[in-house]
Amino acid sequence: MKIVVCVKQVGALGDEVEFTEDERDVDPDYLDHALNEWDSYATEEALRVRDAAGDGEVVVVSAGDEDAEDAMRRALAMGADRGVRVWSQELAGADPITMARALAEVVRGESPDLVLCGVQSSDAVQAATGTALAELLGLPRVAVVTKLELGDGTATVHRELEGGLVDVVEVDTPCLLTIQTGINEPRYATLRAIKQAEQKEVEVREAGELGAPAARVRNMFVPPKGEGAEMIGGSSAEIARRIKEIVDERTAG
Amino acid sequence: MSILVVAEHVRGELRPVTLELISAARELGGPVAVAVLARDPSGFTDAVNVDGVDEILAVPIDQEEFENDVYQQVVERLIEERSPRAILLGFTVNAMAYGPALAAKLGLGFASDVFAVRDEAGALVAERSYYGAKVNGEVEFPGHDQVVLLLRATAWPPAEGSGAATVTEVAVPADGSRARHQGWVEVQAADVDITTADFLLSVGRGIGEKENLEQFEELAKTIGATLSVSRPIVDAGWMPSARQVGQSGKTVKPKVYLALGISGAVQHLAGMKTSGTIIAVNTDPEAAIFNVAHYGAVADLFEVAEELEKLY
Repeated sequence: MKIVVCVKQVGALGDEVEFTEDERDVDPDYLDHALNEWDSYATEEALRVRDAAGDGEVVVVSAGDEDAEDAMRRALAMGADRGVRVWSQELAGADPITMARALAEVVRGESPDLVLCGVQSSDAVQAATGTALAELLGLPRVAVVTKLELGDGTATVHRELEGGLVDVVEVDTPCLLTIQTGINEPRYATLRAIKQAEQKEVEVREAGELGAPAARVRNMFVPPKGEGAEMIGGSSAEIARRIKEIVDERTAG
Repeated sequence: MSILVVAEHVRGELRPVTLELISAARELGGPVAVAVLARDPSGFTDAVNVDGVDEILAVPIDQEEFENDVYQQVVERLIEERSPRAILLGFTVNAMAYGPALAAKLGLGFASDVFAVRDEAGALVAERSYYGAKVNGEVEFPGHDQVVLLLRATAWPPAEGSGAATVTEVAVPADGSRARHQGWVEVQAADVDITTADFLLSVGRGIGEKENLEQFEELAKTIGATLSVSRPIVDAGWMPSARQVGQSGKTVKPKVYLALGISGAVQHLAGMKTSGTIIAVNTDPEAAIFNVAHYGAVADLFEVAEELEKLY
């Protein structure tokens, strides 16, 4: 059983933001980096499938620069077996279709039995890379999966629609699934496991021909605040009093 | 050049996002065609025949419910036959399963979770958020005269008024659905209906630990509110999904929505932004929830909760 998990190192903004000189992205100095939350669920699910099968391999694949290896190391520390990182300068800030093209080359070479991706990344929220990758690999796919049971030649999965409605889907395997949060409880990587993960193999490859990008960010900016919230200042006690006033007024009648 | 909208329906009901897509299509201009894929498309043609729709493409398929391979094959064919400049889908779980595949296969422009689109001298520019909705970006599609856009639900008003669209039946042979609908799992009946409450106290990741939840259950009782939660609380298994507000949970519209420790992910905001009065308490002054809140306080939610408890 060979399972490929695609992961992304995501950036989170704190209180302050500055943009790069060309204004096409946020200055990376203002970002805290981590393994994308959805990808940690995908990694956990892959580990469970491998362990239930009794043998096999979980390969972590990521399109990212050298810094992005931290996120891969996190997945390796959870228990994945090895990693492949693919990169070229053209991938900096690239759209999800282009990312999928870079990943496809690597994943195809692994001939996996199952490919898992997170539903979306927390920083770009396109929810597109997994589905685009499935298309490029010619694999059946299901998006937003909250339960997975592997059968013989098929898998039965739950797909979570808006409003919490669950669609039961039978999908031919090998397939690609995009994994929703809550499907499992991702294990914590112990300090020892994090240390050991440093020794695991991460192969680095140069991305090949990527084709024309599907989109390009022209500029980023802080959204206009609009009306915005009327801010309540003061101590916690004062804030609580004001909240009670508003609640009393607005729920009356 | 035309705009192609793909209608979305589940269990025989047209999804409201479909009418929002039609509004967006009208705003862009150009003939608007709405594709309805269903075992019996005529069941939906009246619902999508609203003001601004020029043509309804009725495509009979074997499947009653959504299957991504079928939708992809049909829409692919419609794109080839009709050459629309924009293919508008909802930023929905269904469209996520084939929209990006269309763009990857046909080499089209692509962006999702789009909340504004405009035409700048013949080129489309889309607007979307990045980095926890703290930053917006304008996205362009150089070299593409056709783009697939997945539009954020509730970003456009629903199209209304009766239309005078012509209905064209289109036969598209679709074969080999590799991911097949088997049935539904009913949403669990809940002990509480958060959609009917006048006053919701809503907590999120900011509460930190499961042990802290009890304190907020108590607070809700004390202040006469119903407790609701954001997705991370349900993912962690601390609360049943019946209490969840947001795109994958319930859409609520109480008189007062008091959010403690909720940063305001787009999916959460979609489920509560039309509440009468929104009050948000968060330690992060840049939290996206403050963009939709009427009142906000940058403060420690535990301290505010404690003080609030004392007042009742």
